[in-house]
Amino acid sequence: MVDVLLKIETLTKRFGGVVASDAISLILPQGELHAVIGPNGAGKTSLIGQLTGEITSDSGRIRFAGHDITTLPVYRRSQLGLARSFQITSLFPEFSALDNVALAVQAHDGHSFRFWRNARRDPALREPARAAIERAGLADRAEMQVADLSHGERRQLEIAMALATRPRLLLLDEPMAGMGPEESARLVDMLRRLKGSVTIVLIEHDMDAVFALADRISVLVYGRIIASGDAEAIRADPAVREAYLGESPAKPAATPGGAAQGGEHG
Amino acid sequence: MTPVPDHLKRLSPRVAANGILLVILALVPVYAAVTGNAFVITLFTRVLILALASLSLNLIMGFGGMVSFGHAAYLGIGGYAVGILAKEGIGSALVQWPVAIAAAALYALVVGALSLRTRGVYFIMITLAFAQMVYYVAIGLDRYGGDDGLTIYQRSRFGGFLNLDNKTLFYYLCFALLLAGIYLIWRVVNSRFGLVVQGARSNERRMRAIGFPTFRYKLVCFVIAGAMCGLAGALLANHTNFISPAMMHWTRSGDLMVMVVIGGMQAMFGPLIGAMTFLLLDEALSNVTDYPNLILGPLLLGVAIYLNGGIDGLIGGGRRG
Repeated sequence: MVDVLLKIETLTKRFGGVVASDAISLILPQGELHAVIGPNGAGKTSLIGQLTGEITSDSGRIRFAGHDITTLPVYRRSQLGLARSFQITSLFPEFSALDNVALAVQAHDGHSFRFWRNARRDPALREPARAAIERAGLADRAEMQVADLSHGERRQLEIAMALATRPRLLLLDEPMAGMGPEESARLVDMLRRLKGSVTIVLIEHDMDAVFALADRISVLVYGRIIASGDAEAIRADPAVREAYLGESPAKPAATPGGAAQGGEHG
Repeated sequence: MTPVPDHLKRLSPRVAANGILLVILALVPVYAAVTGNAFVITLFTRVLILALASLSLNLIMGFGGMVSFGHAAYLGIGGYAVGILAKEGIGSALVQWPVAIAAAALYALVVGALSLRTRGVYFIMITLAFAQMVYYVAIGLDRYGGDDGLTIYQRSRFGGFLNLDNKTLFYYLCFALLLAGIYLIWRVVNSRFGLVVQGARSNERRMRAIGFPTFRYKLVCFVIAGAMCGLAGALLANHTNFISPAMMHWTRSGDLMVMVVIGGMQAMFGPLIGAMTFLLLDEALSNVTDYPNLILGPLLLGVAIYLNGGIDGLIGGGRRG
């Protein structure tokens, strides 16, 4: 029996009359890569927000690594090992790439009420940060300012930062959004290497990536999970086809949701 | 091309300019003694003290992105601590100055705790509102002069060890404290703590997501700045031998912001350059016109629009170190 890392129980959030998440329940065993797919406005990003703590849930519970984190603030969840990447790149633009990652390392290296020593010369921060940035394939970009990085490089840095916090659970919110095919392929490679060593929730519109990587897939429509299972089961599920894939049963789902391919920017 | 040796590479225009500035400041009393112009010392002592105040503002506004529009309140609190204690017969600097610093720090703790949860215009308005409150409290202090202010008959005493009535000595004391302040700020902003504060300025949401409880770091930063400005207030009261609510009028808070912006936000010597430019220009213009602000105003506008990085950015040309 594999340990359960994340357990979501009937999690619900309403924004006015809109139900963003409707009694979502989900169990993630340690090491699983779980993809969440669904059409635009299905509530995928809301779900990430509820898991990270940026959005308070109306009801339901979230248990993570043996803690009830339902009401914990964002930074406490991060300290427990929950990391995320942002759908729209969210970095520290005035800092170098290495500084960005070093800050993430610092966040998990005790308190920061240290006022005297130069943090940029602190090997306890710089060395893990350099290792993380090399793993992300950005070694030759380490000293560059974020503002000077390409879009794809920033996406990679985004993930390098999340990984530098040594998370137990990684929430990736459309990491491939806006990436070219080559960059996407590189990211898929990186995630494949990560798979197993860290539990991952992947929200993504790129169905090739999803079906290539995910151990299990949940389909979210109007805030409800209408199906959950491995790639085969999802492909075969009639409700999924009707509600989301929207394809004739004759054609197998290779890259469905062409309209959604451009990414969901809301 | 032969590589430039390290020690020469470090001699950037900025370092050279800052060095020259420090030499000039160190020689001000000499110049005053040679020419017999004692007013120069008075003027430059004021520059040093307000530079210390702007330095503290630069920590929260420049590095921390916390645009406080009530910074003069700390000057006032530090000044009133000295003035009130002096009037009550406690003249020792070893009591007055720590009280000035502690009172300003405590005030910063309260204001910060209540204002740092807001941002943008709301933050500016709350800090201003608190400063106005302190201003009116000072007006209400009848025992300590109320609206008219209070003369301080004896400067803070160091038990005969230092006599602050000696203008030259007081000048150098202010100079030393300013240099210590600049060094302190330099250490702090490059420390782990400083990077957290700067990260929160840059992208607070991301800071929380990677695990920083940003509020408490910003609050401590706010308190450090308040304490430092409280010391500046204690110096100012000694300098003018006088305290009054005008010390913390809201326009004075605006002046401090102007000094920081003119000099260059996030620049170590920016507040000093800004305070010097502001006060010397004000002085020079006051001699030729009754309306120095008519010239100072457009000048500031020009700096804000065309000189991103202030005078320091103009000298340094590139990124700040």
